[in-house]
Amino acid sequence: MTTKSSPVNYQEIDEILKKYDYKKSNLIAMLQAIQEVYRYLPEEAMTYIGEKVDELSPATVFGVATFYAQFSLEPKGKYEIKICDGTACHVRGSMPIYNSVIQRFNLKDGKFTTEDGLFSVETVSCLGACGLAPVAVVNGKVYPQMTTDAMKIVIDTILEREKGE
Amino acid sequence: MVEKALNIDIKEEQKKAQAKLDEQGIRVLVCAGTGCVANGSLEVIEKFKELGVETGKLTAEDKVTIIPTGCHGFCEQGVLVCIPQLHTTYVKVKIDDVEEIVESHIKGGKVVERLLYVDPQTKQHVQSDEEINFYKKQTRTALVNCGNVDAESLDEAIAVQGYEALYNVLKTNDPDAVIQEILDSGLKGRGGAGFPTGLKWKFTAANKGGKSYVVCNGDEGDPGAFMDRSVMEGDPHKLLEGMAIAAFAIGADEGYIYVRAEYPLAIKRLRKAIQEAEERGYLGKNIMGTDFSFVLHIKEGAGAFVCGEESALIASIEGERGMPRPKPPFPANKGLFGRPTLINNVETLANVPAIMLKGAKWFASMGTESAKGTKTFALTGEVNNTGLIEVPMGTTLREIIFDIGGGIRGGKKFKAVQIGGPSGGCLTEEHLDVKMDYDSLAKAGAMVGSGGLVVMAEDTCIVEVARFFMNFTQNESCGKCVPCREGTKNMLKILQKIVNGQGEMEDLELLEELALAVKDGSLCGLGKTAPNPVLSTLKYFKDEYIAHIKDKKCPAGVCAALKTIKIEADLCKGCTKCARTCPVGAIEGTVKNPHTIDQSKCIKCGACLDSCPFKAIKEY
Repeated sequence: MTTKSSPVNYQEIDEILKKYDYKKSNLIAMLQAIQEVYRYLPEEAMTYIGEKVDELSPATVFGVATFYAQFSLEPKGKYEIKICDGTACHVRGSMPIYNSVIQRFNLKDGKFTTEDGLFSVETVSCLGACGLAPVAVVNGKVYPQMTTDAMKIVIDTILEREKGE
Repeated sequence: MVEKALNIDIKEEQKKAQAKLDEQGIRVLVCAGTGCVANGSLEVIEKFKELGVETGKLTAEDKVTIIPTGCHGFCEQGVLVCIPQLHTTYVKVKIDDVEEIVESHIKGGKVVERLLYVDPQTKQHVQSDEEINFYKKQTRTALVNCGNVDAESLDEAIAVQGYEALYNVLKTNDPDAVIQEILDSGLKGRGGAGFPTGLKWKFTAANKGGKSYVVCNGDEGDPGAFMDRSVMEGDPHKLLEGMAIAAFAIGADEGYIYVRAEYPLAIKRLRKAIQEAEERGYLGKNIMGTDFSFVLHIKEGAGAFVCGEESALIASIEGERGMPRPKPPFPANKGLFGRPTLINNVETLANVPAIMLKGAKWFASMGTESAKGTKTFALTGEVNNTGLIEVPMGTTLREIIFDIGGGIRGGKKFKAVQIGGPSGGCLTEEHLDVKMDYDSLAKAGAMVGSGGLVVMAEDTCIVEVARFFMNFTQNESCGKCVPCREGTKNMLKILQKIVNGQGEMEDLELLEELALAVKDGSLCGLGKTAPNPVLSTLKYFKDEYIAHIKDKKCPAGVCAALKTIKIEADLCKGCTKCARTCPVGAIEGTVKNPHTIDQSKCIKCGACLDSCPFKAIKEY
């Protein structure tokens, strides 16, 4: 029942719901699985869960999705850059690194994904790698003891690779 | 009580497990905790394997096995490679060093000196970790196995007495005696509040009869704390055993571990541990052949600090927005799915097997009058040896920062230490000899909290740190109660104003008044403790606030709005390096001519300062 305008494959969503027994208490896990596939939570998918799962409504699903920092209602970039701004990273200078990335991609007014959809940039509160502060994570790979220069090299390398493909 | 009949003999199992370990020959422990993985430990492990270091691949007499372990704690020095049988710990090991370790030391018996830890005071190479100050002053209970065993092997856990306490408890079959033992040990909750664990167990056990749950709070949200992560990654079976003992004591047959989604490795290792323990009858249905069953599930969090509060955590497990509710009813009476629920923190539960094995007396012999046992601290910030440590309660800050931590980085001057994350407070030089326990710290205006210790040096701006924490708690406030939602927002506004150089003296009074109102009026621990960083810094660093307001100066030189960066024309050689470094293109000038900074464009990031080879750029 995928319609042309919808970005969502309902069959795929049904499989996810089935995996979690259509149970309300598994809502967060369902949303995580959906975000894993689409890199964000499409509105259609949330509405669909709200209709399919007992004791849930689209409004409740939306409420849960907006409560947790992990969920994003707009698409994230192909490369998700997370700059840790936990206390240890903050004290050792995480914000200059974050600012340099934001400046480079010209991200303003709360936007966190670049126009070309290649990068999204956000801060996270703590990754628990405080001994290596400041830390940045790109698609799950942790980069320890970062500097603005090192961050620049990481991004340059990704851009080079993208050009090659 | 009638003894239960068990279908295994734990001592036999230990022997079998130990025999398997003995076959491994020389065990090379490579840290594979989050920190060392980031430093490339997985590549180091691969390199060892490439060189044939696996059981049985080398000649019989120099049989070597590579063991990926959990966090050793000394993250600063990663990748750590530890060879206990050769009494050697190598630090900062890179992939190119592996061959030399194998050829020179393991095969040739010659220590690779350049890879040994260098004591910052004596400048001497130190070979074994027992001699490294960082380890020497520690006493480990919860972390005892972290870094010493393969976290993904049940056999290794069993060889170091894993599940022996559970075995004894099931055999004796006396739940009340278990609770009494925990009560006698004096163990208090390690998650922050410090409530006596035994009492919590007793209250929950009082509602025995129907369905009840054991929940482990692994939502370690405090920025700057990572002890729970290390236990879950480094010794998952200890946590599982602690939970099973708790479940037996309170009469529960189902449990949940709630882990932050930011800890993927912990989730992976816990899942594997649960599966293996269930397959071998140490968890799941009819544990060790008895009628006691305990089924464990893992719930991943989704990024909400407030879920560390127990009623919010319960809501989150139920699939709802993680918002706290007023107590009573306490979870012990009405918790998960409306049933009696015991919620303990990871570190608390990890202490349980040792207490049951060695006795309450042994545990209570460590620590102070009001705080028993050992406590883990995550030592970070401007200190030489960052990492994870465990010391007896009552150890002083001075011992932790200067003996274990090796003093302040780069010879800078100690300024303050922030204890207990966004709920804790800042302490200063005068508190260095305060004993680290619940009462002494509370008296000084801080709290043990989860045990995050962030050391700050002279170039850290205290006002900015207070703003940082307020920004964090404001962001994480769930918005349910007004004092926290509105109060934190307005406190942040004032702090923002001060660091921007627009503060007025009246702001300080208002800030303090608001802080006290938020503390008094908030519903849960998040709001009740959110003002602590502000209150403690106002108390000990008021002059720094005043400097921001009256003199429009940031004494530490951190607050961007209060500084100007200029290039000294007579020192500048026009090398253009700064202009190329500037992320916003604020530096203009031509080659071999002095450059200038366009102040309207400058974001004061300081990148140019570090780039100038002639030290011609200065901050005012």
